[in-house]
Amino acid sequence: MAIEALPQLTPKDFASDQDIRWCPGCGDYSILAQTKKIMPDLGIPREKIVFVSGIGCSSRFPYYMSTYGFHSIHGRAPAVATGVKVANPELSVWVATGDGDGLSIGGNHLVHVIRRNLDIKILLFNNRIYGLTKGQYSPTSELGKKTKSTPMGSVDNPLHPLSIAIGAEGSFVARSMDVNVKHLGEILTRAAHHKGTAFIEIYQNCNVFNDGAWEHVSNRETKDDTTLFLEHGKPMIFGKNRDKGIRLNGKMEPEVVQLGNGIKEDDLLFHDEKAAEPSLAFMLSRMRYPEFPEPMGVLRAVDAPLFEKGVHDQMKAAEAKNGRGTLEQLLNSGDTWVVQ
Amino acid sequence: MSTDTLVMPPSTKPIESLDEVTVRFAGDSGDGMQLAGMQFTNSTVIFGNDISTFPDYPAEIRAPAGTLAGVSGFQVNFSSHEVHTPGDAVHTLIAFNPAALKANIADVRQGGIVIANEDSFGKTDLKKAGYEVNPLEDGTLSGKYQLYRVPIGKLTGNALKDSGLGAKDIDRCKNFFALGLVYWLYGRPMETTLKWIDEKFGKNPQVCEANKTVLKSGYFYGETCEIFPSSYKVPKAKLPAGKYRRISGNEAAALGCIAAAQIAGKDLFYASYPITPASDILHTLAKYKNFRVKTFQAEDEIAAMASAIGGAFAGDIAVTGTSGPGLALKGEGIGLAVMTELPVVIIDVQRGGPSTGLPTKTEQADLLQAVLGRNGECPLCVIAASSPSDCFHAAIEAVRIATKFMVPVILLTDGYIANGEEPWLLPDIKSLPKIEIKHPTGGNGHPFHPYERNEMLARPWAIPGTKGLEHRIGGLEKQDITGNVSYDPENHERMIHLRAKKVATIAQDIPLQTVMGPEKGDLLVIGWGGTAGAIRSAVERVQAQGHKVAAAHLRYMNPFPRNLGEILKNYKKVLVPELNMGQLRMLLRANFLVDAIGYNKIKGKPFLIAELEMKIQELLATFLETSQG
Repeated sequence: MAIEALPQLTPKDFASDQDIRWCPGCGDYSILAQTKKIMPDLGIPREKIVFVSGIGCSSRFPYYMSTYGFHSIHGRAPAVATGVKVANPELSVWVATGDGDGLSIGGNHLVHVIRRNLDIKILLFNNRIYGLTKGQYSPTSELGKKTKSTPMGSVDNPLHPLSIAIGAEGSFVARSMDVNVKHLGEILTRAAHHKGTAFIEIYQNCNVFNDGAWEHVSNRETKDDTTLFLEHGKPMIFGKNRDKGIRLNGKMEPEVVQLGNGIKEDDLLFHDEKAAEPSLAFMLSRMRYPEFPEPMGVLRAVDAPLFEKGVHDQMKAAEAKNGRGTLEQLLNSGDTWVVQ
Repeated sequence: MSTDTLVMPPSTKPIESLDEVTVRFAGDSGDGMQLAGMQFTNSTVIFGNDISTFPDYPAEIRAPAGTLAGVSGFQVNFSSHEVHTPGDAVHTLIAFNPAALKANIADVRQGGIVIANEDSFGKTDLKKAGYEVNPLEDGTLSGKYQLYRVPIGKLTGNALKDSGLGAKDIDRCKNFFALGLVYWLYGRPMETTLKWIDEKFGKNPQVCEANKTVLKSGYFYGETCEIFPSSYKVPKAKLPAGKYRRISGNEAAALGCIAAAQIAGKDLFYASYPITPASDILHTLAKYKNFRVKTFQAEDEIAAMASAIGGAFAGDIAVTGTSGPGLALKGEGIGLAVMTELPVVIIDVQRGGPSTGLPTKTEQADLLQAVLGRNGECPLCVIAASSPSDCFHAAIEAVRIATKFMVPVILLTDGYIANGEEPWLLPDIKSLPKIEIKHPTGGNGHPFHPYERNEMLARPWAIPGTKGLEHRIGGLEKQDITGNVSYDPENHERMIHLRAKKVATIAQDIPLQTVMGPEKGDLLVIGWGGTAGAIRSAVERVQAQGHKVAAAHLRYMNPFPRNLGEILKNYKKVLVPELNMGQLRMLLRANFLVDAIGYNKIKGKPFLIAELEMKIQELLATFLETSQG
């Protein structure tokens, strides 16, 4: 039997015919480009891919992909995606969301989709600002942030996407950055191959309303000292000269140490993304500049049961036990009696 | 199989024959009144009477014992002819405590039977119910009713003194004593309940035996005790021949959804967030997983709606169920389904509002929310079920319309028909409507246009997985035909009209409205939803008195049947009874400029036949006198 070879697609094949309407210079372009770039190598036919989004700049994403797409309503993309994936688990389902869409109005759905562990991929574009509504502070904006809605500075304590994802029992939790295209591509590919909900926080620059929000980790001069690239099984080393590391102190808290002077690599924390216990991953999710370098890469990647598989397995089990139900059986279920 | 325990000795007391009886069990919400009522219902339908039931319970699982707030009731109306309501006035009230007596006595007909559990009428019990003196002793009841004081608690205790059960467990059996007594009073067979006890408590022989003993003790107490002068019989009803099952509205809605998916040859995706009184639809569907049923208990109402939209996009028959507050939360999502023109069915089991309102009580006050309650010009199809078993057919119809026209459809039921039960003559499968769904297949090389329409203005339902039909939809305004995002003013107006016209076109696909009674006359009584039984019965009575009165009961709330305007013109007056402030009346007035008169009740309770009859007579008297004089 001859098997028809799949045509080799290129990134261009994943571009839709719609004009892209993001502001020139927006970080979203890079995320779109990297997503299109990794798609051909996944070997999934275009028609089996669905991009779902909510509302916001990032949520225009599905319009620019030539796959199936659903631009839904504010915050609800994870719920729409859940319906799609449960209805047809064979589809590759992706969610594009932002810090406002995913963590504010849609925070509830995000937490629940992650803890259910559906096999969907969530790209959270974090620009720490409301862009589409023209510049109000978001749930990830820093305290004191001056925006149109906080002229005297924000008094809202921000939350941290990776901590939320790990707290919600995320089976795959990672971070990357719009400007680090190579790393972003690698992380997207890893997310795509993960069996379960893959949550990626992507640092994304809004050059119109919050330009430079990630300057501390993207600046060429300083980034080596302000970021920590995680590698499974490797010690946590960073710095321009690869001479700094992270270790646990006596109070089980992380601290930055200078290698040398008796401190060896073996004294450092070794990254274990597969650890069943998520406490170290949670600790990493809380490491922030300027006290710490900000972790990039996969914080956590563990196996966990898939929700949609559970649903379909129960259907199969019920069928195995009672047979496939028919209309006839349906009407005759329950206690019946005959009137002559 | 029959054993000697099941053969009841022929009664030595006189038996009076009755045509129709209404029995109400009332007690604390922990007294097992719902269970007793359900068992009485089961035995009665299997005996062959027509029935209608009305469970009425508090929102609290265990409200403070003995208080009015904690009273739970279950009413069964059974008859030798067809019945359409759970009955107006109660023939027999079983009151487990003073609170139950106080909350229900007004509904008992003059001369009706009151069986009071004497053991629960102590000083504290009376005080909790707000009685200064014991109503069983002060003569207030004995003149008006046949009062029977039965020490149910003590008698249950006596029957079980050798059972080895503790006092608490013994006390929990006393609802079966009352049930046995009522079985005797109305000559009901006990087999069904004895069998049920075996199935339910088979694993615990001690409890199983105890319940059976108590049930029989109640029965024999009626037979041997001197207090009841006679028992009653209600002959079997002459129901149409065929196979029946007992069904509640929520069960019927669930089965209707499955049937629709089966007819369409598709999977059913049901997403819901638990809410009274709609949760039983989810519970029922979760038991039918071998029928290609996927149930999803979502994290909230909004997620239930959104996931149903996702399920529909992916090609399932998608349904979500809720009640009024949940419908409000789903509003934005319903708008998305209107914009993306996806077939989603939203079942709203209405309850008393506004806000949390009266979760366990019935009302019809979500009609305007269903028809109008969204942002923007957002028309959709709304239909309503009229009885418990009608929820089955209404659910199929909702799916049929949704998939044929690619629209969301709201199906309105209410707490009264959702929890109420009736015997259901199982429909002939061949008589069920056809639901034909054709998903487009790709491959013709032309660009796919997701908003190209057929003659009914329905757009193609292209599902992910289909090669060549990759497309993007969403909540932003769509360009006609291509479905691309469009801000063009002309296009927006065109799309608003197209969506409205599509919903209006559904009127061409639904049956004409029928009336019961004269085609022209003095009065048309027009209703919708769960009030059908009461309105029909009241109109039949008035018709029997010689009046030219007709009844019309609407299933299609939007669009209305295309002959409705004509029908309204054929009567001198139009009366609209509703369990709300006049929502259908407002729509009829707005659509047809008819001076409809409202009869509105907003007490969380269904209409009584008698009150409707009286209203109709009063109304007729006002204008018939004038025209004759």
